[in-house]
Amino acid sequence: MVAQNIFFGIIAFVMVVAALRVVTTKNIVHAALYLVIVLAGVAAQFILTGAEFVGVTQILVYIGAVVVLFLFGIMLTRARIGREVEVDNEKRWLAGLVALVLFAVMSFALVDAFEDSRIESVSGGTPQLTSEVSDAIFKDYLIPFEAASFLLLAALIGAIVVARRE
Amino acid sequence: MWLNQFLILGALLFCIGVYGVLARRNGVMVLMSIELILNSVNINLVAFGAFNGTPVGQVFALFVIAVAAAEVGVGLAIVLLIYRNRTSIDLDAADLLKG
Amino acid sequence: MGDPLYAGGIGLTVVLVTLLKVLVTFVLLLVATMFMVWFERKIVADMQHRIGPNRAGPWGLLQTLADGTKLFFKEDLLPDRADRIVFRLAPVLAVVPAFLAFAIVPIGGNFAEGGTVSMFGRETFLQLADPPVGVLFFLAMSGIGVYGVMLAGWSSGSKYPLLGGVRATAQIVSYEAALGLSLASVILVNGTLSTHQIVAEQAGAGFGGIIPNWNLVVTGVVPAIIFLIAGTAELNRPPFDLVEAEQELVGGFNTEYSSIRFALFFLAEFMNTVTMSALVVTLFLGGPSGPVWGPEPVRTWFFPIFWFLLKLVVFLFVFVWFRGTLPRLRYDQLMDLGWKALIPLALGWFLLLGAVRVARNEGWNLVVTFGAITVVVVVAVTLLNLSLRAAQRQRLADAEVNA
Repeated sequence: MVAQNIFFGIIAFVMVVAALRVVTTKNIVHAALYLVIVLAGVAAQFILTGAEFVGVTQILVYIGAVVVLFLFGIMLTRARIGREVEVDNEKRWLAGLVALVLFAVMSFALVDAFEDSRIESVSGGTPQLTSEVSDAIFKDYLIPFEAASFLLLAALIGAIVVARRE
Repeated sequence: MWLNQFLILGALLFCIGVYGVLARRNGVMVLMSIELILNSVNINLVAFGAFNGTPVGQVFALFVIAVAAAEVGVGLAIVLLIYRNRTSIDLDAADLLKG
Repeated sequence: MGDPLYAGGIGLTVVLVTLLKVLVTFVLLLVATMFMVWFERKIVADMQHRIGPNRAGPWGLLQTLADGTKLFFKEDLLPDRADRIVFRLAPVLAVVPAFLAFAIVPIGGNFAEGGTVSMFGRETFLQLADPPVGVLFFLAMSGIGVYGVMLAGWSSGSKYPLLGGVRATAQIVSYEAALGLSLASVILVNGTLSTHQIVAEQAGAGFGGIIPNWNLVVTGVVPAIIFLIAGTAELNRPPFDLVEAEQELVGGFNTEYSSIRFALFFLAEFMNTVTMSALVVTLFLGGPSGPVWGPEPVRTWFFPIFWFLLKLVVFLFVFVWFRGTLPRLRYDQLMDLGWKALIPLALGWFLLLGAVRVARNEGWNLVVTFGAITVVVVVAVTLLNLSLRAAQRQRLADAEVNA
């Protein structure tokens, strides 16, 4: 358990630093690469809680497809190396204030509600198997699953229609 | 492991994402910040699933991942269209509908 | 389930055995990669009536080592307009996933007797890692492998590498879909994601006691062929090597690279080839399974590893054979093959396998089932063809208007 907490701390620290770089760096490709670090960290946290299937799906979909799509879009529009001018708007200190206040409220609410409850306390610490996850998807959540597949189809067609040259 | 360590990490990522959405004016960078927000939600879902001992948290995380993939596809298509029409992906300048 | 090595807690022996496995896997992959470079040059030379490398070592076996040493001592150039950090990062990003993906391949173990070997008094699998999501891990690693090529192209700060990188990304992402769908057939038939379990499912005699129970036969050959074609495209090997089409792009994504960084890309390409062959063997040809006999160490150690390496060499030869004999595809042909042929075929075959499985489980009349399947296939193929032709007509009409 101690080892898990140490790993959690290291990964979480790297994730937060990388996330801050995503929203502050001036170079758009670097922002995408920092986003990869955050996403890989999220996958690592999933594996730490025993959700290995979601973790690998995270790597497969986010790192293998979504960020590649981002980079592809960046390279198609402007693949300039170096800093871009004016990626932030003038009122970013206001945005920072909003984010800080939001974080203060959320962390207060979370600490107040869950105090020091442990993940192992209710479930006994046994991770959910991939087979249980698939059973849940294909039994209880079949209609949402079909809706999700329909959404993906609609997004596919929509993206082609929107991006198509007239 | 405490439940709160995951939840507060999620809250932190969420707030960083909110800052990004508000402060950035480059369309692709705004989309990246939205990815941060969606991922923070996923951390919460999986942590709550492990806390309650049900696979449902993971199921919802998978749904969020699917929806995020769809969102990026359409979002990037729109950004490309804006770039093609205005040769800039500055979202603050895309205000043609302003009266 | 899982490796029995870790069942009894983690002790010093367990850590040492794991470290030994890491070392052996790494060395094996490196040696196989070196051998593969030599093998490819020799075979291609043979096909073109040349002699090939024959100076360094017996039959030129040490040629790769000599080339590597030469590259290592060359000047390491950093282009003036490059993005320094990403430029240095890209070769590493190409090599690391290539190595990691090999970690899930079972390279030995007699699967008729549980697939374990004993090492220093401990039972263990002869593979570095057996994650419960093994096959998906492989797909994830090949997804990360894209970054090496893409970032190398972008960070060079030069036109041709950028074009090469963009081409590579489009190609790899397209063929990953076909690769994943053909893998889904294997997963459906075997009912597991772990590579060890997949190999265990293929052990033993199959139909008639003569034909092996390999997935190649069980899934009906088509997924294996799709996997092989999509895998070749994924590796950017000929005939799908548009990434580095010399006539069009100078050298492709790695034009600006020199010295050890270039060597890393070269290494990654051949490492990926070895890993892909090993995965074809694992997924479709039963991995280390084959006839074994003799006393204990020979039966569990020698024969499985021998069969595995033999099958591996067969597929390495197939990849070289492709390179030696097939002309490079044009870019539109490449995309047509991926999107209009391989993906529908892989998806259709996956549905077919699923339908047959359901029919068998529910005890439906086989003749009626196959009749219904045939009707559905004919209708689907007709519809697909009609839509493709309509799209083609539309494109031609558009081109006429624009011209």
